[in-house]
Amino acid sequence: MTGPAPTTPAPGKATPPIVLFWREFRRNRFATVALAVTLLLAFVALFAPFIAPQDPYNLQTLSLMDARRPPGHVGSGGYVHILGTDAQGRDLLSAILYGLRISIQISLAAGFIALTIGATVGVLAAYVGGWIESVIMRIVDLQLSFPAILLALVLSALLGQGKAQLVTALVAAQYAYFARTAYGAATAERRKDYVEAALATPLSARRVIFRHLLPNCAPPLIVVATVQIASSISLEATLSFLGLGLPVTEPSLGMLISNGFAYMMSGRYWISVYPGLMLILLIMAINIVGDQIRDQLNPRLRR
Amino acid sequence: MLAFIVQRALQAILVMAVMSVIVFVGVYAVGNPVDIVIPPDATIAMREEVIRRLGLDLPLWKQYGIFAWNLLHGDFGRSFVYNMPVLELIGGRLPATLELVLISILFATVVGVSLGIYAGVKPDSLLSKLIMGLSILGFSVPSFWVGLILILTFAVSLGILPAGGRGETVTVFGVPWSFLTLNGLSHIVLPALNLALFKLAMMIRLARAGTREAMLSDTVKFARAAGLSEATILRRHVLKLISIPIITVFGLELGSTLAFAVVTETIFSWPGVGKLIIDSITVLDRPVMVAYLVLTAFLFVMINFTVDLVFAAIDPRIRSGRQSA
Repeated sequence: MTGPAPTTPAPGKATPPIVLFWREFRRNRFATVALAVTLLLAFVALFAPFIAPQDPYNLQTLSLMDARRPPGHVGSGGYVHILGTDAQGRDLLSAILYGLRISIQISLAAGFIALTIGATVGVLAAYVGGWIESVIMRIVDLQLSFPAILLALVLSALLGQGKAQLVTALVAAQYAYFARTAYGAATAERRKDYVEAALATPLSARRVIFRHLLPNCAPPLIVVATVQIASSISLEATLSFLGLGLPVTEPSLGMLISNGFAYMMSGRYWISVYPGLMLILLIMAINIVGDQIRDQLNPRLRR
Repeated sequence: MLAFIVQRALQAILVMAVMSVIVFVGVYAVGNPVDIVIPPDATIAMREEVIRRLGLDLPLWKQYGIFAWNLLHGDFGRSFVYNMPVLELIGGRLPATLELVLISILFATVVGVSLGIYAGVKPDSLLSKLIMGLSILGFSVPSFWVGLILILTFAVSLGILPAGGRGETVTVFGVPWSFLTLNGLSHIVLPALNLALFKLAMMIRLARAGTREAMLSDTVKFARAAGLSEATILRRHVLKLISIPIITVFGLELGSTLAFAVVTETIFSWPGVGKLIIDSITVLDRPVMVAYLVLTAFLFVMINFTVDLVFAAIDPRIRSGRQSA
């Protein structure tokens, strides 16, 4: 539980745990490929404005002449639309890259805020104890018994469309998972001798919590974070598909799929299918990386 | 035990009261319902009259008071859009949702448990690896996209199944059901499959993990020693050993499947409660939104209450309120 990897005493200088962790990670080819895909997609999303053949938000570059063309069509811009175009004549590849950017942005923001709030609440409940602990954990457990999608659905319906509103809805739906995990890890750590020892010294409670308790709760939280980021990407796409997430001016992957849905019936499959494939690739890659990290951090699977 | 039941019941009532306040205030904060009730060319006098009739001129706490009072008398108000009692509206849509949810969860359980047991008995066979790959896919792929692909494949390309609607229905005791006609059944296949996929993945994993553990248990060893055939062991002993967690999850997932039905019903234009709530959100039909949310909260509180009681009946440690470490 204390270290990310068991360190064998190396002759000479000690290897930092992160290096050992990476060495073990690399041994699973499947997970390494998934990690590469995740990083590649993150890179592509970050630099979308430089990579995409077209700025899909600049209406002046769009022409309705190019609308709903199949993959491989050479548009009025003079270049090949590799994945075809959508109903507004947008190059689908560009739209997907920009959509990926928004999806990753939203889910990372939601994930980190939910992690911060959840970990704080959970560790606090475990540290303080008493009636505060029971009230906090009752609320968290109650929320966990509700499906996250329902909560996010209702909240984004109430808050309206927009990035900030969507992130709020996702955080509210997901912080409880972090809180439960942090609470579980912190109650286990709380009873250990090193915490008792730290408490016996004149260190402030804050220092004990942040310097000693919290770092040891990190491994399970990292695992939950990867799972939750993947699920918030999926959740965001679902909400946008239902027309509750982002405004039409900022199409995420979910919205692109939703826009293409109307044209699917007439056989123009590409508008929905390609953004969907991108979505699945992203979610699966993150999930596989998360699985590997979980297996590596799980002391029970160690020989 | 009685003290425990009373304590949990009080807790459930408290949660319901808090939920009703949150839902009411939350929904109250969205938009102005007057605009959707009256025509745009209405006079100011008409407008004021409508506001007064809907009670929107009263302070918020008074509106909540009236709402809560009516709620306790089983009156959820009238829908602004359909102009009929909300309870009647939701009640009329409920059979469609129930039919969809029950069929898909049954399918997920029967197929998922069978595949999971197979994968648990023969963990190294190719088919088992395929099954497990399928379950990873079922977890990762967003269900709305699967719905689109199902429509694209079976309705658009192959043209063998309808893409939406309920099809023909048969009325039994005044309630229309789709699954009793061939045409209705063909309409239910795709949405039910779509809704079932996530649960299917979960049932496979549960059954596989349970089976792998059960196969190593003494029960199975002795049954083998007694000369029972593998099929009998699976049917009579393994299935029994793995059934408790599966039944628990089955019950818990019933609620979340109802929630997920919102997505599936929207894709397949299935005229159930989920489609109703999405439509109501887009046109700001407040009474329907509030009623749906309060009823869903009630459903979940009841499920949790029941689960708590069942577990307490099984495990005395929970009854005394002490959780063992």
